Amino acid sequence: MCGIVGLYLKDPALEPRLGALFEPMLVSMADRGPDSAGFAVYGDEVGDGMLKFTLQNADPALDWDALVAGLTRDLDAAIDWFRNASAVVLKTRAAEADVRNWLADNAPDTRLMSVGRSIEILKGVGHPKLVADRFSLAQMHGSHIIGHTRMATESGVSMEGSHPFTTGEDLCLVHNGSLSNHNRLRLTLERAGIRFQTDNDSEVAAAYLSERMSRGETLTEALEAAIDDLDGFFTFTIGTRDGFAVLRDPIACKPAVLAETDAFVAMASEYRALAKLPGIAHARVWEPEPGRVYVWEHSTRASMQETGT
Amino acid sequence: MRTISLSETSVREVNRQLHDQTAELAEAQWRITDPEGRHALACGLDQTLEVEIDGHAGYYCAGMNQKARVTINGMAGVGVAENMMSGQVRVKGNASQSAGATAHGGLLVVEGDASARCGISMKGVDIVVGGSVGHLSAFMGQAGRLVVCGDAGEALGDSIYEARLYVRGSVKSLGADCVEKAMRDEHLAELRDLLDAAGIDARAEDFRRYGSARELYNFKVDNADEY
Repeated sequence: MCGIVGLYLKDPALEPRLGALFEPMLVSMADRGPDSAGFAVYGDEVGDGMLKFTLQNADPALDWDALVAGLTRDLDAAIDWFRNASAVVLKTRAAEADVRNWLADNAPDTRLMSVGRSIEILKGVGHPKLVADRFSLAQMHGSHIIGHTRMATESGVSMEGSHPFTTGEDLCLVHNGSLSNHNRLRLTLERAGIRFQTDNDSEVAAAYLSERMSRGETLTEALEAAIDDLDGFFTFTIGTRDGFAVLRDPIACKPAVLAETDAFVAMASEYRALAKLPGIAHARVWEPEPGRVYVWEHSTRASMQETGT
Repeated sequence: MRTISLSETSVREVNRQLHDQTAELAEAQWRITDPEGRHALACGLDQTLEVEIDGHAGYYCAGMNQKARVTINGMAGVGVAENMMSGQVRVKGNASQSAGATAHGGLLVVEGDASARCGISMKGVDIVVGGSVGHLSAFMGQAGRLVVCGDAGEALGDSIYEARLYVRGSVKSLGADCVEKAMRDEHLAELRDLLDAAGIDARAEDFRRYGSARELYNFKVDNADEY
């Protein structure tokens, strides 16, 4: 089943309340996905030439100070960092490949959750309310956020199998549905140099989009291609550094509802998740059309591109 | 009129109070506030109640309705008025998929758009949509009328039996065995009645009629090679 939710702010005045507005959205979809939950929050962007790395390790006794000290010493790069429960966020000028290789050699149990200038992905096994509390979701600031509550079908219940999935800088995806051609697509993408962390179908969808966008396609173009190339059932919500997108398969097997006001765009599997948003009573509320790409981007703030087949 | 807030009373309790009206119709008018997208609101009513739902409803609102008039002052989730037998359900906003699915009778009015599979397997219901409908609407429709004041999506009336479809705007494509048919006087008359009943201001002459070509009813020996 699974539940997906997303909130994209058009009014910057709401940014300090992003987490507080989003937490009830995620928790309300716990009925659709009680196994595990996760979210990708965008904000607190680092400057040019810098990257944010979100790491996670299940061991509460892990000595993060020592890990960061080792990274700083070996990569010879200053690291600004903070801890959030089982995760830490590093801000550094170090290159992604160097950080990735260092972790593989020195801290193989520590997982790299996301890389980018804006994105932080936090996820884990457990009821969505527990996951939200663990990472103090309600306190978070930012410009947009997408989340997922999981009822596992395609792979085991684990932190790795929970959403969102990311395979490229600042890009991530949450998925309700199941893809039927993900194995073949994974092989093709691996040949194109994409690295996979799981055998999950949704990770393949994320990788498909990152691979196309790495070749210069826009988010809209990559999603239009996905309509033809991905076989199966899907409602996707996608986050990029400054964008937010929704796409449903042409048969529309999985539910979705969108709401838009002057202040925000919100997406959810069911309207229940949107019921507490401010001004929702006067929002435009509709079901996104199947096979139609909906994209909002901050570069074109308050304007929407809609295309479709 | 009795007003109940779903922020204070559970869906099950509200539905129980509405069902209790079966035995004794003590309170005919109800207003339900704070629905917040909850599922299965006002389901299985079987008395001449007037129920107003003040906000957006979740899945299967007013399902299996008999006799009651249910108005949703907002949007409706999947399967509004599914399997309705009689009465009237009005959605002031948009409706999600499978609106009026399998319904046998009564009138469903969606003032906004209805998504895919509107009137799927309809069995006698009348559905009037002020806006457009999504793909596979009236799929396997057996009886009843579907009126669409906007456009219809792909595969309208696929595998249709005897339901009559009226569309004012464009039809993206017709489904298997669904064809355009002549609009005769009796069709204009019934369309006017449906638009009147729905309270929608539109000219019957602007609509086109679609229905079954009746080619899929029986096995045809010409198709033997397909098996």
